[in-house]
Amino acid sequence: MTTGVDGGPGREAGPLNHGIKERSNQDRARSLRAHGLSISVVALVVLGTIFSIFAALGSEFNFIGWFCLALPLGMLALIYARRAEERVVDVDGPAADEQRSRQARRLAVTGITLASIYTFVLLVWSSWSGFVDVANTFFSWENISSSFPLVLEGFKLNIAVFIVAEFCVLIWALVIVVMRQLPGRAAAPLRWLAIIYVDVFRGLPAIVTIYLVVFGLPLTDLPIISDIENVNFVVWGIQIDQLFILGVIALTLVYGAYVAEVYRSGIESVHWSQSAAARGLGLSEGQTLRHVVMPQAVRRVIPPLMNDFIGLQKDTALLNVAGVLEGFNVARIYAGNNFNLSSVMGLGICFLVITIPMTRLTDYLVKRDQNRMQANS
Amino acid sequence: MALVEVRGVVKKFGDTTVLDGIDFDVEEHQVVCLIGASGSGKSTLLRCINGLEATQEGTVTVVGRKVIQDDIKLNRLRRDVGIVFQAYNLFPHMTVLENVMLAPVKVLHLSKSEAKTRARELLARIGMADKADEYPDRLSGGQQQRVAIVRALAMQPKLMLLDEITSALDPELVNEVLLMMIELAEQGMTMVVATHEMGFARDVAHKVCFLHSGRIIEEGHPKKIFTTPTHERTSEFLRRTLESGQM
Repeated sequence: MTTGVDGGPGREAGPLNHGIKERSNQDRARSLRAHGLSISVVALVVLGTIFSIFAALGSEFNFIGWFCLALPLGMLALIYARRAEERVVDVDGPAADEQRSRQARRLAVTGITLASIYTFVLLVWSSWSGFVDVANTFFSWENISSSFPLVLEGFKLNIAVFIVAEFCVLIWALVIVVMRQLPGRAAAPLRWLAIIYVDVFRGLPAIVTIYLVVFGLPLTDLPIISDIENVNFVVWGIQIDQLFILGVIALTLVYGAYVAEVYRSGIESVHWSQSAAARGLGLSEGQTLRHVVMPQAVRRVIPPLMNDFIGLQKDTALLNVAGVLEGFNVARIYAGNNFNLSSVMGLGICFLVITIPMTRLTDYLVKRDQNRMQANS
Repeated sequence: MALVEVRGVVKKFGDTTVLDGIDFDVEEHQVVCLIGASGSGKSTLLRCINGLEATQEGTVTVVGRKVIQDDIKLNRLRRDVGIVFQAYNLFPHMTVLENVMLAPVKVLHLSKSEAKTRARELLARIGMADKADEYPDRLSGGQQQRVAIVRALAMQPKLMLLDEITSALDPELVNEVLLMMIELAEQGMTMVVATHEMGFARDVAHKVCFLHSGRIIEEGHPKKIFTTPTHERTSEFLRRTLESGQM
């Protein structure tokens, strides 16, 4: 366990005055390492054993209590080990240091892995019956598989709403941000409108907006809204009706406000010299925005844009307050009828299956775009 | 009539006066160099000539048009006035070819194929035909700056404004850009050049203006300015640049 802490006879002796310093460094390193190790041992073995005894006796001394004691001690041990390593690095030549730090790292990784496994096994062992309950409540295979066709049918609606709303949001937010960037005194009222819109719809909880739009708009006599009352057709097995359209409108209003702000931060991040160059070539303000500023702005805001789209996709589940039979509503009803939440877990998995690959794909595309445009990357 | 007429121009940023009553003329086919220390107002003067900066007093007339802060009039004026900046300012999301084609297509309404031919021709002339499909960030500073010049030339301007275009370049890259500037001058392009390259000013310019805190305190033929400067500040400035080896 004292791997490489003492320099050994192979070490070249430096000038005498250095020798003293090195010696004390080495002793210090050794003692620090010893501290770290002994505390680790206390943290991992002694406390674990105490806990096991308590657990075996059926006491209330539970995992959380053990964890609270072990965590600070474990961290202390890590800090000591790290300090010891720094000291050792001062002492010997690069090759020895390199090997030593590799050993230390290996030791740390092994220790942490073992501790994690040990903790996990203890946790499972001590609360086995609880785990069985957890598995039955959330992961009942029977429940998931029997509810899944229904949930998936509902989830198709989530996807449909998401795709249509995403398209609308991209356009609508662009309209808002251009309105907000309009120059001149004449456009001041438009700028104010855009600002008020963003403030209001970013401030309202999404669920409130959805509730108000879906239940409120049909009660008004607004011309276009009363026309969509009779909309009812089916595209690719998705029923497009008034409820669908109102849901899309509500989500567009909410996310349009967020995305407009994302666009704006992108526009403001493009250096003014780019506009100067474009205007210097004779391009108009609009052409400059369209061909020079926006393409660069959008590229820069793709990661935060992605955030908002994942948010939008998840918030399609909020349409259940309006009685839309989307995935969550279906899963919820199924869960209520069967006194088991596994159907909702099934829906959760559906969401993850869509969002995680989408994020990875975007990261990949952004990276590829950057590689194409930048040298040495 | 002179191609550029600047009369009594005053430009302020807040309380600081950057240009303090500038008068000067540029005749057609003339190369005028603006010299002076950093902050003396060279760049601002150039930016006032194509209306990128609004002036508080005085008038600027370019190719017979008065420069006023009106977008439509400015856009028309800028077709005739090319500007190149110290930091190249190429559009990083477009290839070299697209950079050069953008303004001819969008402003002059050339067809894409016409603009492409023109752009390729210009790039070939500076020996960069093979870089047409590269993105700017993959080029050296000198190459980027030459593309920026070509981008301005693609508009077939009557006047070029060059704003310290060699100042951001590594020393070994300065020459390729200077050579291009000399070639342009030989072809009879009218140019207003803010520069620290005294060699260029002495050998190529028809007129040199020395700026100091927002005023032109001495102007004339380079031979006269560089050999027998009349103003004390001019000789001091020249002595100092000579010492730092920029001549």
